[in-house]
Amino acid sequence: MSFDDFREELRKVVDPAAIRASDHGIKGYSLEVTARSDQVGRIARAARDTDLFLEAISGVDFTDCFQVVYFFNGFGAGSRVQVRVKVNKGESLPTISTVYDAALWHEREVFDLFGIAFDNHPNLRRLLLPEDADFHPLRKDFGKVHAVRSTDEIYGDPTA
Amino acid sequence: MATQLPEPIIEQTYYLNMGPQHPSTHGVLRLFLKLDGEYIIEADPIIGYGHRGHEKMAESHLYEQFLPNASRMDYLSGLIFNHGYVAAIEKMAGIEVPPRAEYIRVICAELNRISSHLLWFGTYIMDLGGFTPFLYAFDDREIILDILDRVTGSRLTYSYCRVGGVAKDVDDEFIAATRGFIQRLRSRWEDYHNLVTKNVIFIHRTKGVGVINREIALRFGCSGPVLRAAGVVYDIRRVEPYSVYPDLQFEIPTGTAGDAFDRYMVRLQEIEQSLRIIEQALERLPEGPIRGRAPRNVRPPRGDSYFAVEAARGALGFYIVSDGTRYPYRLKVRAPSFGNLQVLTEMLPGTLVADTISILGSIDIVVPEIDR
Repeated sequence: MSFDDFREELRKVVDPAAIRASDHGIKGYSLEVTARSDQVGRIARAARDTDLFLEAISGVDFTDCFQVVYFFNGFGAGSRVQVRVKVNKGESLPTISTVYDAALWHEREVFDLFGIAFDNHPNLRRLLLPEDADFHPLRKDFGKVHAVRSTDEIYGDPTA
Repeated sequence: MATQLPEPIIEQTYYLNMGPQHPSTHGVLRLFLKLDGEYIIEADPIIGYGHRGHEKMAESHLYEQFLPNASRMDYLSGLIFNHGYVAAIEKMAGIEVPPRAEYIRVICAELNRISSHLLWFGTYIMDLGGFTPFLYAFDDREIILDILDRVTGSRLTYSYCRVGGVAKDVDDEFIAATRGFIQRLRSRWEDYHNLVTKNVIFIHRTKGVGVINREIALRFGCSGPVLRAAGVVYDIRRVEPYSVYPDLQFEIPTGTAGDAFDRYMVRLQEIEQSLRIIEQALERLPEGPIRGRAPRNVRPPRGDSYFAVEAARGALGFYIVSDGTRYPYRLKVRAPSFGNLQVLTEMLPGTLVADTISILGSIDIVVPEIDR
């Protein structure tokens, strides 16, 4: 199983236009995938079946939505993949903890810090904060932040 | 008079809190164990006692202002975190680092890796009941701390790297002291192996204990010595080379069984490889400036970037989202111990409580790094 197999599998799951190659030397990942929330599970299964592991799940808060960023990586050179999923405020994501055990904690962390729920997660409770906390600290409306941006201001077309 | 129970109780489970103040948890970690006699049925590591909100702090600080935070996540390999954070910014902003600075960074980072592994060695054996090796390891580690203290100004929480270079140049005394340390540690290496590696009690408590094979490691996203002990040749320094590592010769030690003993051997061999790296880097250390041309306040271009380095405990990642200003929009730290600790939920059920200490110790976690 190799990284190329994953790329092939990925083409079957998401629209090829949503897969962009990026320079690993600058960006740190070779593929940038923009996926819908209903595609996450199939992407994760494709990654698992081609011997990739789940490296991290992160959230980013914007004025218009959340972006949840998955990183998959293999043991070969330059095989990191970024999968970015847009989650509207108040919406939830399907869990991939049935595919990757690592997601059990990563998803709990995202839930804890951003308040993004993961459907069908077996044990979605806070990970880092006390269980009686009533806030999600990495949201931009909590505490002191320098700026709040919209998605386009960061990920939008730089030439536009 | 004792009352006779109508029927003997055959099984009973109970819960045991190991930590948050247990000496072998190395930090504030609580293991919530469900036990059947001496056997563990369920294990739930509870983390977050040391959560300081580093990622939130980053969003209201300049890139440079966040520098001291990086080494406070993993206080045992702080310089590697420091290096990783600075290198992530440099890569994003396209800042060149003079070769002398890169070599100094590698030398210091590898010294830090050795000091981290030596501390692990000492405390792990102490957890298993052997006190003497701890004194040997701390004796040697103290020399590293002195060397690094002289050049960086701190013993553990280093903020030595700067965007575009390092804070202070090294001198002949540093080079002589480092050479002296390499020689000294090598001369004592046989003692280490005689004391511990061949010790029959140690072997009994580690061989075949806590086996993490490739498949489990893949599922939980383990990295570092935990993964390499399972036989996977995966080291960020080789797979995604950064700094001057491509120019240096070193091997990646791996194990076969993936048990606690293999993890021990991998770390000990890594110390030897780190000595090799430092030796070569000292030999090649070029003359020249230690700070490159970097803006006073760095402004990485809009967009995101992921940068990984090999910390003492595994793959460390910095995911930076920039909005083009002097402040990071989002900074995510992928801590190596995160996956390495989570694997305990799979490893511990079915083992004895006594082995918990051995397994937990062999994984080498630093809890503040997981809590961030």
